[in-house]
Amino acid sequence: MTMILTDDEQAILAGKEGEARAHAMDLLVRYGKALGAERLVDTNNVCGGVVGSLPGRRDVLPPDKKMDMDAVFSLLNLDSDKTLKIPPVKANTYKLIEAMDPDLYKVQRVSEETRRLVENTSEFCKRVGIQQSNTCTPYQVGNVPVFGEHCAWMESSAVVYINSVIGARSNVEGAHSTAAAALVGKIPYWGYHIPENRFGTHLVEVEYPVDDMLDWGLLGYYLGEMVHENIPVLTGLSGVPHADKLKHFGASAASSGGVEMYHLIGITPEAPTLEAAFGGSKPVETLRFGAGERKTAYEYFNTGRDPNVDFVMLGCPHASLEQVQLVAGLLEGKKLSENTDLWMFTPRALKTEADRMGYTKTLEMAGAYLMTDSCAALSKVFPEGTKVAATDSCKQAHYLPAILGFETWLGTTEQCVQAAISGRWQGDLS
Amino acid sequence: MSKTITLHGRPVVAGIAEGEALVTKHTISGFGGIDSKTGIITEVRHELRGQSFKDKILVFPGAKGSSGWASHFQTTRLTGAAPKAMIFNVMTTKIALGAVVTRVPAITDLDQDPLEVISSGDWVKVDADNGIVEITKAED
Repeated sequence: MTMILTDDEQAILAGKEGEARAHAMDLLVRYGKALGAERLVDTNNVCGGVVGSLPGRRDVLPPDKKMDMDAVFSLLNLDSDKTLKIPPVKANTYKLIEAMDPDLYKVQRVSEETRRLVENTSEFCKRVGIQQSNTCTPYQVGNVPVFGEHCAWMESSAVVYINSVIGARSNVEGAHSTAAAALVGKIPYWGYHIPENRFGTHLVEVEYPVDDMLDWGLLGYYLGEMVHENIPVLTGLSGVPHADKLKHFGASAASSGGVEMYHLIGITPEAPTLEAAFGGSKPVETLRFGAGERKTAYEYFNTGRDPNVDFVMLGCPHASLEQVQLVAGLLEGKKLSENTDLWMFTPRALKTEADRMGYTKTLEMAGAYLMTDSCAALSKVFPEGTKVAATDSCKQAHYLPAILGFETWLGTTEQCVQAAISGRWQGDLS
Repeated sequence: MSKTITLHGRPVVAGIAEGEALVTKHTISGFGGIDSKTGIITEVRHELRGQSFKDKILVFPGAKGSSGWASHFQTTRLTGAAPKAMIFNVMTTKIALGAVVTRVPAITDLDQDPLEVISSGDWVKVDADNGIVEITKAED
């Protein structure tokens, strides 16, 4: 299949705007052909990883190129063997998670080398105009797409959120496609960019009164296991859920399966009715989520673990201000067990708000930390000697055993904070 | 004489390669699923856990998991642990970008299910310039 390119796309490909943009266009064309896309679409909203500071990534570069960000970005973000002079980005572009908290990197036990790489990456971002939000949740801190907006976002929990809750249009992109999109403002018109690919496939009758964040996480995790990369349509929910619950729901479904879009009837914008959500087609399958399914999902995680918790990880995806407020309330006047650490992760901009409200101080008085820019699983940062972790996030509980080898408990935010205070896991599925 | 089977499909990344097949009915994760220095599958519940796809013709349903898939497969190319070619069933952004940056011949949309026709150990020629897969069954 050949792709049809516009005159301006042809011109960029031919080098009219320089070598780096020509390479970016060529990469997008090869990627589009691989997908079977017929054309590209304009985008002015890109979120991607500038991956050159994550642990181990620069090891594939020759020693003399490791601190040359043009070389690092050319290879790791554009798959170019030749070092390209990277020009300013064309599309509005936001950076995802970094390797460390810029203030608490010593607590995170980040090496001096990684700190230098992060600084080097940050200087590069300033030069080319990539916003350093350094969060997996750009939609919490100023990048809220408009309904129908074509985006090129990478982080799966963020893509499922903007597709489903906002009605923006993005596939789960990668480090290279987002970098190329940033440079030329284009992305293949494929998958969730195309309206007819956004209709539901599976009907889900929710019979359990799903309420707290853990329930929403378990619902997402169960559905991801059941529908894989398909599009579930949920009925039977009461009321409009808080954004944090949908954040956890989507992150879970995108971790256990590959869910990039869902519909909540009467709640999300492309699902005013069942008929609208399915585009007039019949569901391929009908599933239910009751008390039994909820228990099944919980038992994916919580079987036969050591109850002595070393590390409580909160804020996956990055916590909202309300989540930080909740934890500050639970820790007010308390002290963590001397055997347990509690790290909570939030975007930089929200920590500034938390500082002003006194939440950060409350956490610190209890012996906990409010951290930014980073993530335990992705940045590989954790307290020394951790063997057993606890978290309120299905996504983090999915990744911690695989990435860092921790036995991991999953529970409510309250159960996790309680474990940090007592040092022991006592949570259950009430 | 060994039996030879020919399949036809859609080229994803052009090129020609041949080698021994490694077949799995499980999808493969990049981040948290493979060791990109050795090509060994590390995912806990995966049927190929402990086996390496280095220099093999990797035959699998497709990609799953984190958006870092392409980055991890690009690293296998840079460390010399990449498969020689990819044959898969389900197209996603992860595998399309992953195949492009791994720079190995790749084919999908075959006229028969490659997971049924090809077994680990078969000798497979992938002609992704023309969309042809030629399989020589291993002797039993």
